[in-house]
Amino acid sequence: MTEPILTIRNVESFYGPIMAIRGVSLDVHVGQIVSILGANGAGKTTLLKTVSGVMDPEKGKIIFDDQEIQGLEPHKVVQKGIVHVPEGREVFPLMTVDENLSLGAYTSSNKGQIDHDRDLVFSYFPILKDRRMQEAGTLSGGQQQMLAIGRGLMASPKIMLLDEPSLGLSPLLVQEIFGILKRLNTEQNMTMMLVEQNANAALDLARHGYVMEVGRIVMDGAADILMQSDDIQNFYLGVQEEGARENRRWKRKKTWR
Amino acid sequence: MDNAQLLISGLANGCVYGLIALGFVLIYKATEAVNFAQGDFMMLGAFVTIGLTNTEYMGLPFWLALPISLGIMGALGYLLDRLIIRRIFGESQTAVVILTIALGFVIRFAAGLIWGHEPQTLQNPLAGKEVRFGGLVLGMEDVAVIVVTILLTWGLYVFFSRTKLGLAMQGASQNQLAAYYMGIPVKRVQGFIWALAGVVAGIAGILFAAKGSVDPTTGLLGIKAFAAAVIGGFGSLPGALAGGLIVGVIEPFASRYIAAGYSQIAPYALLLVVLIFRPNGLFSQVRIKKV
Ligand SMILES: Nc1ncnc2c1ncn2[C@@H]1O[C@H](COP(=O)(O)OP(=O)(O)OP(=O)(O)O)[C@@H](O)[C@H]1O
Ligand SMILES: [Mg+2]
Repeated sequence: MTEPILTIRNVESFYGPIMAIRGVSLDVHVGQIVSILGANGAGKTTLLKTVSGVMDPEKGKIIFDDQEIQGLEPHKVVQKGIVHVPEGREVFPLMTVDENLSLGAYTSSNKGQIDHDRDLVFSYFPILKDRRMQEAGTLSGGQQQMLAIGRGLMASPKIMLLDEPSLGLSPLLVQEIFGILKRLNTEQNMTMMLVEQNANAALDLARHGYVMEVGRIVMDGAADILMQSDDIQNFYLGVQEEGARENRRWKRKKTWR
Repeated sequence: MDNAQLLISGLANGCVYGLIALGFVLIYKATEAVNFAQGDFMMLGAFVTIGLTNTEYMGLPFWLALPISLGIMGALGYLLDRLIIRRIFGESQTAVVILTIALGFVIRFAAGLIWGHEPQTLQNPLAGKEVRFGGLVLGMEDVAVIVVTILLTWGLYVFFSRTKLGLAMQGASQNQLAAYYMGIPVKRVQGFIWALAGVVAGIAGILFAAKGSVDPTTGLLGIKAFAAAVIGGFGSLPGALAGGLIVGVIEPFASRYIAAGYSQIAPYALLLVVLIFRPNGLFSQVRIKKV
């Protein structure tokens, strides 16, 4: 296997006194989609924020392209080729689709590259081309998600950190967006770190998966193997053969404990 | 004819209010704090220019003094953010408000020490000239104020909608977190916004001192400009300008058609009416963020 492009080693991040990430290590290889699953509050978003420099870790190393990047300012991290597509879209609501895309390319000054990337975005998300003069705040939720991903692409990243792109979308839209992510991965060789609660969709897309719980990685493996695992089946895919009470008892003896 | 002249001089005053209001809104949008020293910044810009150009002070040529004083005002805005505002970042917004009010006192005091308390006028090439337009006789300064404000508005529009820095300023004020994610150096961009607010205050001050006189308490009309910003919808740049124009025009007409004293309270009466019927201001850009 190739050297990983992103290596995270024993990273710990805090919100004041609260330790949200408790020693996380993982690897992402070029061209891979790595998925991170976990319940609410597991620390998935915090992990992505720590990689993108919006938060600084107290401990640990983050190595990207053979350089240590932990604690760098977010704009330096974007310049290195890591782009964070945040949870909840976070578009610039009063700016047009086009202006949002331009801001995605803020760290680049190569006009040719920016035009090329804009065409690329429009080829994957034709709806954004139709709506380029519309204010982003007036787009539908799904369109906003597409804009958030497209805006991320405008930075010509080497890796995209995607935080719950399925959040609040209909199953059909999730399918559409994940289909586009798949194409970006195969056609553009785009490397992705995908945080999801929708384990089904995520494991379908990813090569490798990690499961987080209260700030730690408790399980990892090839996506197809994780998909078969009983714990994932029960806990994240919502296969409920027994009653809720039964389920709660089961929680106490998950295999990773 | 008379009404037309009232209108023009009201508009000229309104331009100055509008420019101060613009400063309020720029800073509010960028940092969600209100800089209550914005009016005093305007007064300072006026005195700095007077100090550079009037013959009893340095006596520099007017056209040389302009860029220097705008440069000074921009630098002051930037340094204020860099050295003070950023230090108290994370404190409550009340802290920023109190700080800027205190700063206003300091600026007034300093201006009094340096330039004295007598009203002074900016010596400028347009002083005393008139333009005749149909049957109207207009002060050249009033016309200049309106023209400069129009040009500045257009310039700001182009800056905010076409340039990278302008777009980044908009982005950083609409969604700060997203701006960080896009790799926009938000703190630096905010520093530039304070600088821009300083320059705009400087321009307002120069216009004000060219068409009337200033003394250290002139900055208190910042309160009227604040009312104008609220009338326009705090958070909208065109709204701030429009609010300023409305206040500027309403003043002379109120004193003419109601009674002399009413020009003082008319802006605030209008403010109350607007707050009751359109609490977000006349030109607000409030939108619900979609999930
Ligand atoms: N700004 C904050 N201040 C304090 N604690 C926070 C903050 N943001 C998150 N936390 C805490 O850190 C922990 C991890 O949060 P995080 O947002 O990373 O979870 P998550 O896995 O992304 O959850 P979700 O699936 O709900 O998005 C949680 O316990 C949360 O309460
Ligand atoms: Mg999250």
